Amino acid sequence: MPTVAPIDLDDHCLAAAFLGDVPAFALASGLVVRLDHGTRRHELHDGLLSATVTWDGQGLITGGEDGKVMRLSADGTETTLRPAARKWVGAVAAGPQGAVAFAEGRQATVLLSDGTERVFEEARTIEGLAFAPKGLRLAMARYNGVSFAFVQGSAPALDFEWKGAHNQVLFSPDGRFLVTAMQENALHGWKLDGKPGAEQRHMRMTGYPAKVKSLSWSNKGKWLASSGAPSAIVWPFSGKDGPMGKAPLELGQRADTMVTSVACHPVEDLVAIGFGDGMVLAVRIADSKEALLRRPGKGPITAMAWNRPGRLLAFGTQAGDCGVVDIAG
Amino acid sequence: MSEAPALTPVAPIPVTVLTGYLGAGKTTLLNRILSEPHGKRYAVIVNEFGEIGIDNDLIVESDEEIYEMNNGCVCCTVRGDLIRVVEGLMRRPGRFDAIIVETTGLADPVPVAQTFFMDEDVRAKTRLDAVVALVDARHLPARLKDSREAEDQIAFADVVLLNKTDLVSPEELEAVERTVRAINPSARIHRTERAAVPLDQVLDRGAFDLSRALDNDPHFLDHDHPDHACGPDCDHDHDHDHHGHDHHGHDHHDHAHHDHAAPSAIHDLTIQSVSLRAGPVNPKRFFPWIEKITQLEGPNILRLKGIIAFEGDADRYVIQGVHMIVEGDHQRPWKEGEKRESRLVFIGRELDREKLERTFLACQA
Repeated sequence: MPTVAPIDLDDHCLAAAFLGDVPAFALASGLVVRLDHGTRRHELHDGLLSATVTWDGQGLITGGEDGKVMRLSADGTETTLRPAARKWVGAVAAGPQGAVAFAEGRQATVLLSDGTERVFEEARTIEGLAFAPKGLRLAMARYNGVSFAFVQGSAPALDFEWKGAHNQVLFSPDGRFLVTAMQENALHGWKLDGKPGAEQRHMRMTGYPAKVKSLSWSNKGKWLASSGAPSAIVWPFSGKDGPMGKAPLELGQRADTMVTSVACHPVEDLVAIGFGDGMVLAVRIADSKEALLRRPGKGPITAMAWNRPGRLLAFGTQAGDCGVVDIAG
Repeated sequence: MSEAPALTPVAPIPVTVLTGYLGAGKTTLLNRILSEPHGKRYAVIVNEFGEIGIDNDLIVESDEEIYEMNNGCVCCTVRGDLIRVVEGLMRRPGRFDAIIVETTGLADPVPVAQTFFMDEDVRAKTRLDAVVALVDARHLPARLKDSREAEDQIAFADVVLLNKTDLVSPEELEAVERTVRAINPSARIHRTERAAVPLDQVLDRGAFDLSRALDNDPHFLDHDHPDHACGPDCDHDHDHDHHGHDHHGHDHHDHAHHDHAAPSAIHDLTIQSVSLRAGPVNPKRFFPWIEKITQLEGPNILRLKGIIAFEGDADRYVIQGVHMIVEGDHQRPWKEGEKRESRLVFIGRELDREKLERTFLACQA
């Protein structure tokens, strides 16, 4: 039976993460709490807006209302990557070799581990950032599409255009697909493995009753799970054309609330599904078999993360009643 | 399984939108709001930090950014930056009691307002309270000649501060007020110097709240009506409040802004309003009618507001809209002695007055 170790943090949780083996919760106030032989509190920002785990899984990158960009390591070391500034840092991304990117308004900055800094300007606000799985390339989600920039060299950015506002972007783990979440209740995708110069191949994923806030790839990128409906909408990406012409799976359907957060298991084809009432289910993709991980709580689930072996699931909520589930009990 | 703890609902935060041309007095009003001892805390969203002299409130700078919604509707626009900032602010709701959005002088107020209706997250956590337009009494005639925005801002407002009244003659002021009234017959107009107005006249107005909107205004559209006589519950600002016209008594025929012959003399206006009255209407005719009108004429309709009497219905029905977005609800029972009539105003461009009138009257029971 799964057991839950609760921790009440009384603040909107933006991100739950494991830094190494240490669960961490990033809160809207700017506080990050690590559960490392007791509760360790780190006042990183006056107002936290964005957070992501580094590629090595050992650190958390955060951006704030105070304009700061910070890194918190598994051992609790706090590093200021960019000091306080005027604009809100609305998006952060972590990349290969310790690369970090952050966006403030219409500008994105990439910091490389050797101290190199590179700035990209866009015509519209950059709402989402992601590094490609291979090579040092940065995708910037913005109004009417995604700009895909080479961090090194002087090649111009590639433009992936699709009308509407794109507020989140991510690559499939194999790098074949680029997917955005939109202001409309929809996802949009582009196939990246076409021939150079060939027409862009679009994927429209629509039909959501609400905005898609949470996206998660299954461990080998066969599936993309998403929030925004009464069940987790899980699109098949194993075929060469991704989900085109295929219906998504609908897992863990509830009648009275919506899925607000999803997190695919790092090893199994299994997805943790968080709901608007705070409930968390684990659902196996192969047969839709459900297991209850957490009963409803005080607020919608806003963040979830598995540890690397996939035995522990950290979750956070809008009301701050966070916790860690041990699925083996 | 034990009973789930109750979800903690958060009361929606009121949002006031300040519009007005550069130099009309937005910053003066804002500084007044922030510095008066009212015990409320405000989060202020501005385009530029500018000259806001108060630093103990939460001020967020934001680049105005208009998003067209991807639904093929040209008037369905929202402000992307507001969605982001409001979402961020609302994650830490304990810091403030209300939000004020200050727009740039050239801003279109429509996407600002529509953001609070069209974005599900913003809508869930906030409520648009009122759109307040600052108008420079001296420069309005020139502004109307050279920009469409100045007119839009007035047309879209719930409250108009006719500011800098000390810089114009009483005759000029009358003319400017007449112009404002011609653009927007349903707004509250306050004449001010240095944006000095009791703050309860601009904040917490509930202008978009169906249960309150027109209840604040027991004589909604009556000011256009020759039979209207102001009673004690009529809180429109009238000339006599400010200019010692009391000796005229309550005979509003004397007052310029009720004189509908006058607006025809105003050449620079592209916006018009159409005020309609009818007896009780049949809901089976009215709803398809309002839906059709707003679908077809939505791009031309900036605002619509109305109180509707349905045949055989003991409750008043109130309705309001922005472009194609229309909301309506039963508000309260008709009071004893209250005249059961339906009143509706459209403010917009290229409105077909005759057709609106005829088709509305055809909805009568």
